Amino acid sequence: MSQTRFTEDHEWIRVDGAEGVVGITAYAAEQLGDVVFVELPEVGKTFAKGDEIAVVESVKAASEIYAPVAGEIIAVNDALEGEPAKVNEAPDGEGWFVKIKVSDAGEFAALMDQAAYDAHIG
Amino acid sequence: MTELLRTPLHDLHLELGAKMVPFAGYDMPVQYEGVMAEHNHTREAAGLFDVSHMGQARVTGDEAALEALITADLSQIGPGEQKYSLLLNDEGGVMDDLMVSRPDGRGVFLVVNAACKANDFAHMASRFGDRAGLTVLSDRALLALQGPQAHGVMEALCPPAAKLIFMQAGRFSLAGFDVLIFRSGYTGEDGFEISVPNADADALARVLLADDRVKPIGLGARDSLRLEAGLCLYGHDMDETRTPVEAALMWAVAKSRRERADFPGAERILAERAAGAKEKRVGLLLKDRAPAREGTEIVVGGERVGIVTSGGFGPTVGGPIAMGYVRADLAAPGTPVDLMVRGKARAAEIVKTPFVAQRYYRG
Repeated sequence: MSQTRFTEDHEWIRVDGAEGVVGITAYAAEQLGDVVFVELPEVGKTFAKGDEIAVVESVKAASEIYAPVAGEIIAVNDALEGEPAKVNEAPDGEGWFVKIKVSDAGEFAALMDQAAYDAHIG
Repeated sequence: MTELLRTPLHDLHLELGAKMVPFAGYDMPVQYEGVMAEHNHTREAAGLFDVSHMGQARVTGDEAALEALITADLSQIGPGEQKYSLLLNDEGGVMDDLMVSRPDGRGVFLVVNAACKANDFAHMASRFGDRAGLTVLSDRALLALQGPQAHGVMEALCPPAAKLIFMQAGRFSLAGFDVLIFRSGYTGEDGFEISVPNADADALARVLLADDRVKPIGLGARDSLRLEAGLCLYGHDMDETRTPVEAALMWAVAKSRRERADFPGAERILAERAAGAKEKRVGLLLKDRAPAREGTEIVVGGERVGIVTSGGFGPTVGGPIAMGYVRADLAAPGTPVDLMVRGKARAAEIVKTPFVAQRYYRG
């Protein structure tokens, strides 16, 4: 069964076994406004927790997306290249960014659960 | 930190659900429903912008004192006419761009940039001395009504003002308010700029918004609209380190002023114009989807040849666009360049501006 956790920077990660899917929350998508481009990392790259893994460009500005946990990129959402607006339309579904092979389950467990994240965004 | 200033429409912005940001010392609406929707609404219908942060002033007395500081020929601005002009420093660097007009019988009327107004007005007052008077109109707000349906909206409220053509101006009673109306704007669309006493600004804005064709538009869309229209943003696309030659703004220097060589920095600017500037302001159209923001390096064959001064996504263009300065020998439309976005070379091409055809009303 999958479990979803959240970072203070408004990324979500849904983990099933050793694999995690990463995206940004509806709150973050709303704050960014219309997404017009997403720069995604190369498959096979490894990142430490907190490293910049992607960049989201809205009409106005560029925002960095950080790795919620350490791991290796095993897939990226190529559909965002043609339809970046998916990030606004379905931030916790089709608007996902990357799949990560999670190196440390403890890092995942330490992230906020839904209730804690809801409190975080107030 | 100093307290942010508020325009007379501040309460209305909050009521309309605007996201507010600091801009030029003011607490201003960056967006209401979203930049993209607001941009498109302005291109398709009509948008209402609060630009009350801009500086308004009147000049009375010896107009030559003003003319000596700018690039317009004031004898060519008749009653009811407006011109785009430049305020230059003694070396010919651009201190600001401004609108100069005679909307009524009360001398020359100026509209200058918010971020520059304190400096502009101090410079003018000091150079005018006793020769001319400068009255800063901090008691007036400024609204912009822009878009293809702005004409119809104006016609319904004030038919005589709807008869103005691009760059004309006048004093009118608009829905009962005593206002100055200018047929100009900063979107590339037909439209009006309306100077109204602070006390009437909120009520007038509500009258305009009551028309179904009109929606409030924030600074976010104002920026994407003006970038598509190829219009410069002061402090980004030109500043005191740039001359009108480099900035491709010589069209704003009146021919008579060029012939008389009597504008600030004329000797240097005319020499630069004859010899050719080292760099030129150009439009940049990106080949792929990654926007190139201000500060992005422009590269040819691995060599840095320029810099982006404004860049983002053009909703009407449907892709990323930018403006910047490049070495003059590379400024011809069609020249391929690379823009270094986060270390990656992104292919782009020098293009003519505007990116979206201007649709001014010329009668």
